[in-house]
Amino acid sequence: MLQSIKTIQPRDELITPGAGDFLADVIVVGGGNAALCAAITAAEAGVSVALLERAPIPYRGGNSRHTRNFRCSHADDLGVLSGTYDSDEFYQDLLRVTKGNTDESLAKHVISNASDSYRWMAEHGVIFQPSLSGTLSLSRTNAFFLGGGKALVNAYYQRCEDLGIKIYYNTTVLDLHIVDGKCDGILADIDGTQAYLRGGNYVIASGGFESDKDWLAEAWGEAARNFLIRGTPYNRGEVLKQLIAYGADAIGDPTQCHAVAIDGRAPEYDGGIVTRLDCVPFAVVLNKHGQRFYDEGEDVWPKRYAIWGRLVAAQPDQVAYAIIDEKSSDLFMPSVFPAVRANTLHELCQALGLPAEQALATIETFNKACQSGDFHPTELDGLTTQGLSPDKTNWARPIDSGPFYGYELRPGVTFTYLGVNVDKTAQITFNGKPSVNLFAAGEIMAGNILGEGYLAGFGMTIGTVFGRIAGHEAAQKTLQNANS
Amino acid sequence: MPTVDYQLKITHTEAERQLGICNSCRYCEGYCAAFQGLTRHRSFDVSTVSHLANLCHNCRACYYACQYTAPHEFNLNIPALLANYRAQSWEEHIRPQVVTRAMQQRVWPYLLLLLIFIIVFSAGLGAPWLSDLPFYQSISHNVMVALFLPLFVLPLLAVAAGVRSYWKSIGGSKPRISDIAQAFASAATLRQLSGGQGQGCNYEATERYSFARRIAHQLTMYGFLVCFLSTSTATLYHYILDYPAPYPFFSVPKLLGVGGGIMLTVGCTLLLYLKRKADPTLGSEKRTAAEYTFTSLLLLVGLSGLLLYWFKGSLLAGAMLIIHLALVAVFFVAIPYSKMSHGFFRLAALSREAQLKS
Repeated sequence: MLQSIKTIQPRDELITPGAGDFLADVIVVGGGNAALCAAITAAEAGVSVALLERAPIPYRGGNSRHTRNFRCSHADDLGVLSGTYDSDEFYQDLLRVTKGNTDESLAKHVISNASDSYRWMAEHGVIFQPSLSGTLSLSRTNAFFLGGGKALVNAYYQRCEDLGIKIYYNTTVLDLHIVDGKCDGILADIDGTQAYLRGGNYVIASGGFESDKDWLAEAWGEAARNFLIRGTPYNRGEVLKQLIAYGADAIGDPTQCHAVAIDGRAPEYDGGIVTRLDCVPFAVVLNKHGQRFYDEGEDVWPKRYAIWGRLVAAQPDQVAYAIIDEKSSDLFMPSVFPAVRANTLHELCQALGLPAEQALATIETFNKACQSGDFHPTELDGLTTQGLSPDKTNWARPIDSGPFYGYELRPGVTFTYLGVNVDKTAQITFNGKPSVNLFAAGEIMAGNILGEGYLAGFGMTIGTVFGRIAGHEAAQKTLQNANS
Repeated sequence: MPTVDYQLKITHTEAERQLGICNSCRYCEGYCAAFQGLTRHRSFDVSTVSHLANLCHNCRACYYACQYTAPHEFNLNIPALLANYRAQSWEEHIRPQVVTRAMQQRVWPYLLLLLIFIIVFSAGLGAPWLSDLPFYQSISHNVMVALFLPLFVLPLLAVAAGVRSYWKSIGGSKPRISDIAQAFASAATLRQLSGGQGQGCNYEATERYSFARRIAHQLTMYGFLVCFLSTSTATLYHYILDYPAPYPFFSVPKLLGVGGGIMLTVGCTLLLYLKRKADPTLGSEKRTAAEYTFTSLLLLVGLSGLLLYWFKGSLLAGAMLIIHLALVAVFFVAIPYSKMSHGFFRLAALSREAQLKS
């Protein structure tokens, strides 16, 4: 267990149980996709709902505002998805990326509920569109949101408003009052004013802790302070910490985060999709000492960008430099910032701040190790270097025709794996026993299903399916209590 | 962060920066032709941005769906960027530029023109302010034709020259009939305001979708065309059938005139109302006043036409005639230099897009 979790002390003295205002039958903590799905589902079941969103309106929606698609099993054509993507194939894809680190029953529960959720999303204002340009590989498995995740988030917030859900922005949960797995209320800071808010049932959908660099540094080491956070600065994991401190069963590797290699010039937080860099397969990648450290052409980029986050994180100062020449400059999606450009490799190394002598020697050795053969940018072409350690095993062409281009790479953190354990009804377990009135959905419980790795669009599937389950169960419990 | 002058002119560096971010995101690709066109490029010169700008209908879907709008440090505002570039392209290509700039950015040219034409019709041509005489007994048909024919033809020539210059600047080759037909089909249905999946646009509805602007625009456009058809029919009656005005209510020119006038008046009123509701910072702010003026002019053309018919036989008919004719004359002069030019440039941009896609 991490030190920072142990140091949290229950702050019962702040709270008088039973005091405070009764806010709503169901209080949803969080404001992203899973929280919104839970809130809407509960409100439609006829109970009163309040939603606490930490961010101000422009940044509402957590990391969902940066998403773009939803992975969905389908037996037949379904909306923008054509053909079939059956549950078995979906599950096999999941097993491959997680290396089996998944809860089979929860995973299959999500997968088998995906297509129903697709219809639910469409009924609740999400507009789907066919695959975007450059994402054809996902056209059968992933349904894209027209306008991306923020359009989805907007649609759900409109629905929440129409349903009369009370939405509190700029609202940070300071403490949960939990005794024996039952939550009595929430101490929250609402726009600068503290209030103790009581509800009947609680859905916690407040994301992971990837934006808390202190916590990341504690988990990963000081190197994490050089990481960039791709998503919202508001996922600081306090609620996750509190749940675990008060006895909720933790799940997922507390030291791990999902990181991809992104443009090193990206903003520290919230750079989102545009900061990705797809040039690595056509590049020579050097660390700050001008040395290569991994096979840049191991596989196609969609299958490798995730491991490059860790590879770069392991380099000195957590930085690397991808260098290409003119003949490769148009082979990948445009980058958000223009590349550093120079007419000679020497000038480029200087502009990038690389030790020129060592870097040039590495590139010269690389160039000499390239073999002749046919180059195919969109498939594994087997065009490999020979005699290098490591070799570049595909798309290896000499870097020799100027102008030359360089990009700085840094690890960009997407999400963390640590979460709370839930059962199939989204109830958080305490010592293996389901909580009385606490449910979880989204990133805070995704570690149950996504133990490691990542599958494009699956975060939204978990969030939607479990958000709906949590909202439904919380509402049913409220209604049962009212009747009994 | 480059400072952005959304007030009037956006530097091209800023346009390149913003569109570069869009090009590495592409979430908005499904909304409209402007974003589909954007993905064909890796860099954006002025003519490319002008082309994309004239494809943009300012529906604002891309703005409200964007994760990079202010307060995010990327500070994207594509609707304002393209609105400015769009107007800049009209100001550049429609000559004389000084007139175009004045009518795109200022209110006074409209008021001045109105005053001039009121004087022309009342003092110059001697139309009486208080008179219940029928139309052509106040001003003779031949005088009307002698005045309005050049007022109609000369502005159209200015438009044609401007569009030709724009077409060349965006690299258009000889257009095929099918390209132009596609452009007209798009304009006829305002397909680009469908939102991409038929959900409508966000113009005044901000984060929600609405069809209000599409409906308002089409009422205005078709209302205007029906009015034009009414005048054309009357001209045919006059010269070919030797059947001069006045016409009874149940005649083609009258029915079209009254119907078109109502559509135009209602459409313009709705457009003005939507513009009031919409966020001015997502348009070309320095040109907003002139846009209001132009839409109001069009509204008054329709309204004064209806009133002219309403006041037929009363002493106010004379005054209404002077005002209506003056408004119509101002409108004709404004065709190339005002917001009206958007339609012609839009058709050119849509034709070019069809050409590029084939």
